[in-house]
Amino acid sequence: MIEPIRILTKNYGVADSWTLPVYEKSGGYQTARKALSMEKAAIIDEVKKANIRGRGGAGFPMGVKWSFMRPHPTKPAYLVINADEGEPGTHKDRTLMELDPHSVVEGCMIGMYAIGAHAAYIYVRDELHLSKKRLWDAIHEARAKGYLGDRPFGKDYPLQVYVHTGGGAYICGEETSLLNSLEGRRGEPRFKPPFPAQVGAFGCPTTVNNLESIAAAVPALSMGGEEFSKLSKLHALGDGGSRLYGVNGHVEKGLVVELPVGPTIHELIELAGGVSGGRKIKGVIPGGSSCPILLPDEVLHAPDEKSPLHPWHGKKVFDVPMGVDTMRAAGTMLGTCCLTVIAEGTCMVRATANVARFYRHESCGQCTPCREGTGWIHRILEKIEAGQGSIEELDQLSDIASNIMGNTICAFGDGAASPILGFLRKFRGEFEEYIRTGKSPNNRSIL
Amino acid sequence: MPFEPTPERAKEIDDILGRYPNKMAACLPVLHACQEQNGWCSDEVIAWVAQRLDLGTAHVQGVVTFYTLFNQKPVGKHQVWVCRTLPCALRGGENLLHHCEKRLGIHEGETTKDGLVTLRSAECLASCGTGPMMQVDKDYHEDLTPERVDEVLTSLGCTLQGKK
Repeated sequence: MIEPIRILTKNYGVADSWTLPVYEKSGGYQTARKALSMEKAAIIDEVKKANIRGRGGAGFPMGVKWSFMRPHPTKPAYLVINADEGEPGTHKDRTLMELDPHSVVEGCMIGMYAIGAHAAYIYVRDELHLSKKRLWDAIHEARAKGYLGDRPFGKDYPLQVYVHTGGGAYICGEETSLLNSLEGRRGEPRFKPPFPAQVGAFGCPTTVNNLESIAAAVPALSMGGEEFSKLSKLHALGDGGSRLYGVNGHVEKGLVVELPVGPTIHELIELAGGVSGGRKIKGVIPGGSSCPILLPDEVLHAPDEKSPLHPWHGKKVFDVPMGVDTMRAAGTMLGTCCLTVIAEGTCMVRATANVARFYRHESCGQCTPCREGTGWIHRILEKIEAGQGSIEELDQLSDIASNIMGNTICAFGDGAASPILGFLRKFRGEFEEYIRTGKSPNNRSIL
Repeated sequence: MPFEPTPERAKEIDDILGRYPNKMAACLPVLHACQEQNGWCSDEVIAWVAQRLDLGTAHVQGVVTFYTLFNQKPVGKHQVWVCRTLPCALRGGENLLHHCEKRLGIHEGETTKDGLVTLRSAECLASCGTGPMMQVDKDYHEDLTPERVDEVLTSLGCTLQGKK
């Protein structure tokens, strides 16, 4: 069985791990102290070398994102941290906020200094009351010590961190929508360009980073970027370090665990005690419900010998190390790398309807294809679920989903459509049988 | 009657305003603070927030109607949110919601006659590894079984229906 690693999670399980004394005992705030004595470009260079791919789902390299920030002659810069964790199946950032909030604050200090900002806003979804409290407590402790404030570590570079709360809208995890929400508006995504690095929060240059990404800046800098990156099995692919993986759904013990980047799906399920009740795996959603489902018999295609993914060509996707690029090559996304395991016997028609309901509920309503399309998809699936669907409607579902893809302002449309297309394609037989017989071919009471 | 924050609440709101470069940015946190006092975002709350933040009432109304967590009508003393999104549903989340409906004698979205509990269904609450789960006011209850749900509801003072 693979061994968890303890870098981001080094204080998990320690009594009062969320307090300053515990954090400082494990070397806390020494890295921020060091960072504030460094050249900004040198920090960004280390973070680039660390190959931290954005932990929120898109997988964009964090160091590169930081390097987009240019000083503006009149406007301040902002760092905004995305902790709106809301993607179904994602439950990792919450553990950092609850168990080690100081690592987030220290990461913010490094990030702010590197991009030239003096203020950071951590956007936390409102439901996570304990997370917000722990973050605020950590901020107050750091302020009392003088780590945050006008002269952190005696340097004339004011730093402030604030927690901002959302209002229960999944779309606010989309960065431009999050910025609108931070500004006190409806959380509707903005057109890009301009990108946040040019026009972000309050019209000023802004970097938006995922909460786990910013926490990873601390070990990246303390260990040295390259050392941190080399922890990963996919270092050569530019996907570095360690990160939080989650497992949920039909497993014996759902969990969040820190591993070097690149465990396989099989290894993660094994860590979670295997599939519940010893059942077989029907499918796995690799990183939140926007990611198309993977089946146990799928293989990775990388026939080009020059491709860095070629070593895994023809291998079962469940035996391929999970990274941003490997999962993309497998026809899905790594997303937030919290697996949702679905066991044999699960009704995929009802599972698809469940996912479709989520996207219908959460569409912000700004773009017509998404607003109307997610509703149509869910209503047709409800009809099929009630035993009143027709085979033609399966094709209609594909048409509607395909017409959402690429036709919306933000990535929500693709995130809503691609899992539906995945379910339809991979479980077509089950859908057709459900429609023919008017009931689920699986006889379980739940899903 | 117009909405008026308590002195402590007014201080909290001043503190919130100090965090942002402009007043509009305080809209969500100030609405949360007012809702905590008033229970829901009534027209009076909206009018007060609009005036305090120099915003149009239409803007504040637009924000209130966009976000699920701003109540647009009065709710019970306690709010019970049961997650029914896929990861929880795979572990019995939907059954849990039906169980709550049965025990409380109300449908999802309704409030018990005594005004004690409003039952709502929630979309993913970031607790997938420990599902099924529900949120009661500010607390998460995880790894739930129907028996544990009964305990939680009883602790709120609910009279459970259909229980032997």
